[in-house]
Amino acid sequence: MSERGTSETFIFDGRAVPFMAGQSIGAALVADGVLSWRTTRHDAKPRGLFCGIGICFDCLVVVDGRPNRRACIVTAEARMTVRSQEGTGRGELSV
Amino acid sequence: MAGGTTGAGEGNILVSDKLPGPELDLARLSIRLWQRIAAEVGGFEYEAKGGVVVAASEAGLAGLRDTSREQSAYGVEAVQIPADELVEYEPHLAQDLVGGAFYPEDAQVQPMLAAAQLLAAARSRGAQVRPGVEATGFLRDGDRVVGVLTDEGRVPAGAVINAAGTWGRGLAALAGLELPVLPRRGFVLVTEPLPRVVRHKVYAAEYVSDVASSDAALHTSPVVEGTRAGPVLIGSSRERVGFDRTMSVPVLRRLANQAIRLFPVLADVAVIRAYRGFRPYSPDHLPIIGPDRRAPGLYHACGHEGAGVGLAAATGHVLAQLLRAERPEVDVDAFRPDRFE
Repeated sequence: MSERGTSETFIFDGRAVPFMAGQSIGAALVADGVLSWRTTRHDAKPRGLFCGIGICFDCLVVVDGRPNRRACIVTAEARMTVRSQEGTGRGELSV
Repeated sequence: MAGGTTGAGEGNILVSDKLPGPELDLARLSIRLWQRIAAEVGGFEYEAKGGVVVAASEAGLAGLRDTSREQSAYGVEAVQIPADELVEYEPHLAQDLVGGAFYPEDAQVQPMLAAAQLLAAARSRGAQVRPGVEATGFLRDGDRVVGVLTDEGRVPAGAVINAAGTWGRGLAALAGLELPVLPRRGFVLVTEPLPRVVRHKVYAAEYVSDVASSDAALHTSPVVEGTRAGPVLIGSSRERVGFDRTMSVPVLRRLANQAIRLFPVLADVAVIRAYRGFRPYSPDHLPIIGPDRRAPGLYHACGHEGAGVGLAAATGHVLAQLLRAERPEVDVDAFRPDRFE
């Protein structure tokens, strides 16, 4: 960890993921070897970073309980709780 | 395609918002025809989802009961919903609403897909579509209209139909005719994709009176519905401001607040975009369908206000019957183009 200059972590699906100051959640996840953290709405296909610049909305993730955050542009912060997202991320609302 | 009003609406096919009369006759025919088109052509997310109209006050509910009784007597299916049964129709509805009515015949299509699929079907049957060609005038033989002048030459025709929607007035003006179709602006909010949170088209009882109003000032009433693709669509606003396309944050805010009033769960949902369009509005709120006696050979099919997609199937059907000199399946006298003189 220290070789990458990281000292802090956020929680991703129940475990600690290190990040460098200013790094996006998406960059930290990829650096940690996580390539996919969302499944598509209809076919549950895996998704992660695609454009990496906030345009494509492929890298959606649940941050502190809020779904549909773009992992590529949300800056990682210590004590964030990040969860991978299934579909809309709001399955609990389904009627 | 669908770059005007068709693509700026919600693709509603409704009987619930129409009072007994000629427009409801047209709507009931259109609902049957859309069912058939969905089966024969398809590919445009046709959904016979039904409509739920809700009231927040006893006065609103009394009005809704009167309306739905009149509609029932006219043959429209309408089911009264007591307050404590609303949750069975829409589990996320606010719990302090006083009652509602369910209209199982109300349906919805994805309007841009519907336009595209119908055009494709027409082409496969021999129709020619010439996108990007501007009609610049009419070919005349005395009063008669015998074709269209375009920026790519003359198109002689036995009959010409003005189906230019909100821009129908401008097209009629090219023939030297006044056709009172005016734009009535509306905004729609689009949420992030959601699972099925709203099952039906849901709107407040005041919507019907808003639709019928001739006031130029801003009117808003909540209309909320899900789509097959996931986003929830939130309307509706009505204002007469010409063709001003400026986004209005105050209007969007009102739409959002009213939707949250009906569905509190939406307070936590993100809106990802908004769009707006211009309903083709005629002075008596009825469409303009049929031959123009001032210019034989010219027919109009415009001025459907917010019901253009819903009424499109029946409008095309009765126009075809008029063109073949057959008796139209519903009485179109109320829609005569010369009724404004």
